[in-house]
Amino acid sequence: MNVPVRNLALFGAMAVLFVIAGLVQSWNVALTVLNMGLISAVMALGVNMQWGYAGLFNIGVMGFVALGGLAAVLVSAPPVPEAWAAGGPRVIAGLALGAATIAAAIAWWKRMAPGRVRTVGLVVLLVGGFFLYRAVFDGGVQAVEAVNPAATGYLGGLGLPVLLSWPVGGLLAAGGAWVIGKTALGLRSDYLAIATLGIAEIVIALLKNEDWLARGVKNVVGLPRPVPYEVDLQQSPEFLARVAALGLDPVTASTVTVKLMYAGLFTVVLLGLIWLLQTAWNSPWGRMLRAIRDNETAAAAMGKNVTARHLQVFILGSAICGLAGAMMTTLDSQFVPTSYQPLRFTFLVWVMVIVGGSGNNWGAVLGGFLIWWLWVMVEPIGQALMAALTAGMAEDSALRAHLIDSAAHMRLLTMGLVLLAVLRFSPRGLIPER
Amino acid sequence: MDLVNALVAFLNFVFIPATAYGAQLALGALGVTLVFGILRFSNFAHGDTMAFGTMVTILATWGLQAMGVSLGPLPTALLALPVGIAVTAALLLATDRAVYRFYRKVRARPIILVIVSMGVMFVMNALVRFIIGVDEYQFTDGARFVINARDFREATGLAEGLALRTTQVITLVTATAAVAALFWFLGKTRTGKSMRAYSDNEDLALLSGINPERVVRVTWIITAALATTAGVLYGLDKSFKAFTYFQLLLPIFASAIVGGLGRPLGAIAGGFIIAFSEVTITYAWKKVLVYLLPESLEPDGLVQLLSTDYKFAVSFVILVIVLLFKPTGLFKGAQT
Amino acid sequence: MAEPFLIGHEMTGGYGAADILHDCTIAVEKGQIAVIVGPNGAGKSTAMKAVFGMLHLRAGHVRLAGEDITRLSPQDRVARGMAFVPQNANIFTSLSVEENLEMGAFLRRDDIRPTMEQVYTLFPILRDKRRQAAGELSGGQRQQVAVGRALMTEPSVLMLDEPTAGVSPIVMDELFDRIIEVARTGISILMVEQNARQALAIADRGYVLVQGRNAFTGTGAELLADAEVRRTFLGG
Repeated sequence: MNVPVRNLALFGAMAVLFVIAGLVQSWNVALTVLNMGLISAVMALGVNMQWGYAGLFNIGVMGFVALGGLAAVLVSAPPVPEAWAAGGPRVIAGLALGAATIAAAIAWWKRMAPGRVRTVGLVVLLVGGFFLYRAVFDGGVQAVEAVNPAATGYLGGLGLPVLLSWPVGGLLAAGGAWVIGKTALGLRSDYLAIATLGIAEIVIALLKNEDWLARGVKNVVGLPRPVPYEVDLQQSPEFLARVAALGLDPVTASTVTVKLMYAGLFTVVLLGLIWLLQTAWNSPWGRMLRAIRDNETAAAAMGKNVTARHLQVFILGSAICGLAGAMMTTLDSQFVPTSYQPLRFTFLVWVMVIVGGSGNNWGAVLGGFLIWWLWVMVEPIGQALMAALTAGMAEDSALRAHLIDSAAHMRLLTMGLVLLAVLRFSPRGLIPER
Repeated sequence: MDLVNALVAFLNFVFIPATAYGAQLALGALGVTLVFGILRFSNFAHGDTMAFGTMVTILATWGLQAMGVSLGPLPTALLALPVGIAVTAALLLATDRAVYRFYRKVRARPIILVIVSMGVMFVMNALVRFIIGVDEYQFTDGARFVINARDFREATGLAEGLALRTTQVITLVTATAAVAALFWFLGKTRTGKSMRAYSDNEDLALLSGINPERVVRVTWIITAALATTAGVLYGLDKSFKAFTYFQLLLPIFASAIVGGLGRPLGAIAGGFIIAFSEVTITYAWKKVLVYLLPESLEPDGLVQLLSTDYKFAVSFVILVIVLLFKPTGLFKGAQT
Repeated sequence: MAEPFLIGHEMTGGYGAADILHDCTIAVEKGQIAVIVGPNGAGKSTAMKAVFGMLHLRAGHVRLAGEDITRLSPQDRVARGMAFVPQNANIFTSLSVEENLEMGAFLRRDDIRPTMEQVYTLFPILRDKRRQAAGELSGGQRQQVAVGRALMTEPSVLMLDEPTAGVSPIVMDELFDRIIEVARTGISILMVEQNARQALAIADRGYVLVQGRNAFTGTGAELLADAEVRRTFLGG
């Protein structure tokens, strides 16, 4: 079977899986899985870019996704005027002072000649700047968080259309990636992995604790949506008429329609990204990346700045993950920092990329759909399987209870084994790089 | 100006906890740096190896306790520790045979091994949660305190109490013993020297007739011992929860990198540096400052540089600083 | 003529698809010094590595003391009494001098102290610095550690790949003196050298290789006197 037909068959099989989910469970469930599958596919594209184009191991994907979610809040949530009045300027001033301290420290380090004066001056600058920043910043934060903590207690967003937050999410993630990349690229590849592990933890710790920013663990709910609300649809005469003509139940039809609209939006983004990435891959820039990846020493000898290219790829890949994060928060209409389990989702995205085919964009997308579908569907299947396996045991057996409880952990075990098996026996994945 | 009370408060809330934590991190970092030096990859599964080893030790401890065995004032877990080490060693050897050995044979890039170790991490994590669940377990028994805060206050008449927990003393003693044993092994025995030689120059080691598979086996066994011991000490000191050990990966790797990846002495130094930084930066210094400063200069706020929620941010920032200024670490480990 | 102690006979082969050696023959008698010289890229190191078993031979064979060792791995050849000192990365830099020697004798289970004494007598500076990390020594001293390490197995053949590369002329002379002393104890020396003139001066047998083939063979003195050899390789 030649390659394009084979790939088409794989995607066709994937579509069939979704149809089965729709028929066996419900269309709502199938569409929910599809929407999250689309978002996962975007994340997989981002990670695939970093791994397939440049061989970078980013284990902090969740951090960049969370930054994208934060963008959704900062851009689309309505501003809280009282909070701004109470402490807004002071918070901004504090942040500016912090940034200025870091910038001054960097400038000092670069301008001064190496020696004791430079080191001592750096320490004084940083310590002094830190205390100054805290003196200004803390007061502002307290004021902001004191304003109606039950409902707001934060500065709010800009109240702009939520779709705008998607590219902004990409930008925010790109900023974080720039910081990490500047620090850890150009060194051993393990170091980048460890650094990205750290940044994910830090970002999520920030989001959980800095209430003034995004309400911390109190969460931000009721974010604006780009699609109509189900209740609005159910009350719209045109919608009801069309639904009646098709013989469908209005409530189900409204939920399905909303999900279909999201799916449409996400598909547009996904297809657009694929087109962009494919074009880039086939461009001179892409060819240079491939040359670097295939023989880094030779490329460096020819004068290519390997680290700079890696930084570009790292930033772009993380930006795509940020975009996915904004999309995800939009889909949920809420921002819940505790839902960003740093490793579980990062790990899943990596399984998607490896199983789907690292280095191939279509492979990453297929992997995104397939692994997400498996992840969701394995739970009910696993429960059923475990119930069947333990049917022979006594009703109140502790072992039986324990085994059924642990069916949930089997998901993770299975995914781990899948990753190891694919890496060992089929490292090029389902749709290998051409 | 109450110097004595300030000192006691400092010892009680900063110095002693940081030393115990530093010893635990040092043991963890030693395992990571050993695997890096000899097997030449960063083992992301190390945290969950610690969890697995601790889990087995806990199960063995429960078994011993059920049989009525106890170690008097010392925790029974110390008796169960060899069992934990043995089972963990078996797991690591099996993992090496089933997973890592293939990549050694095909001379895969180190980054592939790191990704594979991520897969191994998840399988181990799932295994631990499958066997023991996700709840928190306290498995310390025996005497809780060597010095009780109240007894100390009564004995000395000071306002501040000094509490020295048994687990803290055990941590220090065990860690010192483990480190001494490790350094003796590496420095004085034929196998240990062959491991250092293998880490230094693989081709020349092979030429000298050193058996690489034997070196690898011994490495995994020692790693199992270090990881289990570190995990048990940490669990005795605080508590056991399947999730916490993954979070320790960041400070452990930071310790290893700060000291220089591949340098055992560096791992120890790094462990204490990270531990002390974490504790001092997240400690509310108000208590100590109140004893030291005159009334007029007493601070209003807690004088806590960073909240304890940002504990791991400290390791991360130190890691970033080291990567920016001296990536080979204090003792000049590997860089590229 | 009796069979030489060590001979790589009509060796043909390379590292991959292309052959580097073509019908190349290298041999050394017991207690003698054989030197391989030639222009860059002539395959000198390759020929010696072939004798040591580090590459696959398509044709030809290697015999040690009459026994065919063509199929043996380098580690096995070490066990048979061959020792090899690579050009680069030939010591354990983070281990002490004494530990380097211990590692050289790793395959031996008997008491290695007498052998270590012999090495220290041969290279006195190593005795002084025996507790120091080998990486801290100067270039010439590191070469002595490398040779000493190889001697710890009490080999019958010592193979040296460009032992004087990157070393000052005085140190080079000293090294060559030591090598002659080693040969006097009955150990055969097979040596690849870039400094052809000085190497041939101490050689019992010399092989000039060009493009993987034997171009000139003879005693050191013969080759030094040969007009063509002098013109092409020794600068007249």
